[in-house]
Amino acid sequence: MIVETGHFALALALALALMQIILPFWGARAHDGRLMATARPLALTQFALVALAYAALTYAHVVSDFSLVNVVENSHSTKPMIYKISGVWGNHEGSMMLWALILTLCGAAMAAFSRAIPPRLLADSISVQGCLSAAFLLFILLTSEPFARIATPPIEGNDLNPILQDPGLAIHPPLLYLGYVGFSIVFSLAAGALIGGRIDAAFARFIRPWTLVAWVFLTLGIAMGSYWAYYTLGWGGFWFWDPVENASLLPWLAGTALLHSASVMEKREALKIWTIFLAILAFSLSLLGTFLVRSGVLTSVHSFASDPTRGMFILGILVLFIGGALFLFMLRAPTLTGGGLFAPISREGFLVVNNLLLTAACAAVFIGTLYPLALEAWNGSKITVGAPFFNLTFGPLFAPILILAPLGQLLAWKRADLLGAAQRLFLVAALGLVAMLGFYALQGGPVVSVVCAGVAIYLMTAAFAEIWGRVFPQGVRRSANALARLAGLPLSAWGAALAHAGLGVTLLGLAATGWGVEKITRIQPNELYQVGPYALQATSVDSAEGPNYREAIVHMTIARDGKTVATFDPSKRFFRTRQMATSQAGIVTLNLGQIYVAVAEQNPDGSFDARMYWKPLVSLIWLGALAMALGGTLSLADRRLRVGVARRAKLPANLQAAE
Amino acid sequence: MRKTLLAVAALAALALPAHALQPDEILPDPKLESRARNISAELRCLVCQNQSIDDSDASLARDLRTLVREQLKAGKSDQDIKSFLVDRYGNFVLLKPPFEWDTAALWLSPFALFAVGGFFIWRNSRNRKTEAAPAAPLSDEESEKLKALLNRDA
Repeated sequence: MIVETGHFALALALALALMQIILPFWGARAHDGRLMATARPLALTQFALVALAYAALTYAHVVSDFSLVNVVENSHSTKPMIYKISGVWGNHEGSMMLWALILTLCGAAMAAFSRAIPPRLLADSISVQGCLSAAFLLFILLTSEPFARIATPPIEGNDLNPILQDPGLAIHPPLLYLGYVGFSIVFSLAAGALIGGRIDAAFARFIRPWTLVAWVFLTLGIAMGSYWAYYTLGWGGFWFWDPVENASLLPWLAGTALLHSASVMEKREALKIWTIFLAILAFSLSLLGTFLVRSGVLTSVHSFASDPTRGMFILGILVLFIGGALFLFMLRAPTLTGGGLFAPISREGFLVVNNLLLTAACAAVFIGTLYPLALEAWNGSKITVGAPFFNLTFGPLFAPILILAPLGQLLAWKRADLLGAAQRLFLVAALGLVAMLGFYALQGGPVVSVVCAGVAIYLMTAAFAEIWGRVFPQGVRRSANALARLAGLPLSAWGAALAHAGLGVTLLGLAATGWGVEKITRIQPNELYQVGPYALQATSVDSAEGPNYREAIVHMTIARDGKTVATFDPSKRFFRTRQMATSQAGIVTLNLGQIYVAVAEQNPDGSFDARMYWKPLVSLIWLGALAMALGGTLSLADRRLRVGVARRAKLPANLQAAE
Repeated sequence: MRKTLLAVAALAALALPAHALQPDEILPDPKLESRARNISAELRCLVCQNQSIDDSDASLARDLRTLVREQLKAGKSDQDIKSFLVDRYGNFVLLKPPFEWDTAALWLSPFALFAVGGFFIWRNSRNRKTEAAPAAPLSDEESEKLKALLNRDA
């Protein structure tokens, strides 16, 4: 009964989505405030209904209702509760349900928190958001039915893929989807603005908070996914340029470009056309990612052709929305007048270059991901585009951003003095060079690592040099009012500094991978093995019974200079139902670096095959991403930039005008 | 035929969980071994999704790793080994696609896009410059007016 209620709620949500398409849109045309006002209750109720359906599916998983195909195929009665709940989105149908849940959540958030947005723009945008929900709810109901019953329910389920039985499953997909789907709000607002045809600096202000929210979640989602891969795969790789990863990186790159171009549009009314285009692009790439992951096209064009229903449906959604938005864009773009003028050497000019580089880097990932599919469809030849391609194309296009970002931050709007900014940055750049020499002297090793580490130091220092420059502006008596200026700095300035520094932190972590130590060897119990600065020793062997697996554990200790600094237990899990083994790497964080050990089954003579690593500073890769996300959150918390409070916030007169 | 072989290999990979590079595969000569690692990192495990044979747990990957090392021991060059595998499996085995007529667009388009975008921005900024030429200086009359206004405020 509960399950049927869920199914019914889903169908009802679809009906509301259809009304949400028509009524507000009609109201906007007819200048009927009451019709436009239906948007809010429609969006909120629709979210409530999808949430109900989602809860019903979760309930079926929690109580192991094996009369549902979805539960039989992906669950087991002995599966731990956390994976019964998170396992809901660990399969196609459930993950589409999560997608729909977050999509309608976005619609509801848009309807609830957008009082400052002009009613007609909001009505049109909510109507577009309704189109999106309707399309995805239809997709679920027609091709991916999560509530299908089974005629003769089995006693036990097939269990969830053991690789997914990890806390990462509980965290990574929701974060990623909040990011992916969060861009739908920006997309709808852009489409709504294009329909209405009135696009000014205020538009950038409307999309900014939503862009930031989506970007923060996407940043966290990607970082979490990368860390999950890192500790699961048994050898410590964290980024593989896999199409599925690329699918999440694409909207991130477009979203990052959007954040920067929207700031130009907001402050100077320039780059309007470009900002609208990026707003469309970011979500279009999210849709593309969903298509790639959900249609099966990645495995091969042929496997896609063998069961094309789902793939064709999502492809239809893709073409409809991207095509529709671009068509609107084509109609309206010529009527948009350019705003504020600026010289090439200016904050705006550098942000344009930032956007060009980010877009080109995004294109490199896009082409690398899709080219093999296109080529196979075209002339049947199969090629692989792997990490070496992306390192050679994405790398050179992204690297200049790292050098230019700090410089751009020091430039004034409209027209700036490049030489002056370069002079102010001179000390920081020098520090970066000294750091390079220092790293070379201390670590030696690959030139790439040394150079990247130097650039990372430069990025981190420069991010705060910008704050310094604003607290002690040139031409003002040094200490006068410095504290007042520091206190008066808008949160968004701190946010930008922190996010840019985070980029440097991640880069330093990446650079340090070049100094890692790897030891793949057969280890004997109680013998010492030197890995980097640490001595590792397997002290004893154990076995344990988990709820749905058997675990072979190796107890190990880490010592430095004869003193034990940590103990840890890498293990191997064997899952009964699916007859699959997973490796639980033993990881210990020491001074921002990590000791990483993965073991295989015990050999008859008592030894183990082990992969042991010392990965210096590796945790910085993800700490940097956290800093970026925190920077985005600080920016979001900035009162001035929140919609609706802009006029109320006032700056003390003695402070320099914000940015 | 190759498809069937791949399918069989994929099944075999599922049945017998092997592991990424294992201690018993490592060559005693560190120089040869480091070459083997570099080559392995550029070869695709054909039955996996986008994994190199160095990282893959599939048994096919293990076979290929062994093959690479045997050929190295036989004194073959890196290029020889890659060509040998390309003859056998096609370009599909290379993680770095070779620059050929049908991959030229792949390699060049990101940079072409950058160049074209850069060109447009450059042209635009030149147009802007002419538009943004400094406004004509104030006439004497206007200067007087401005001065009067400023003085009134002060």
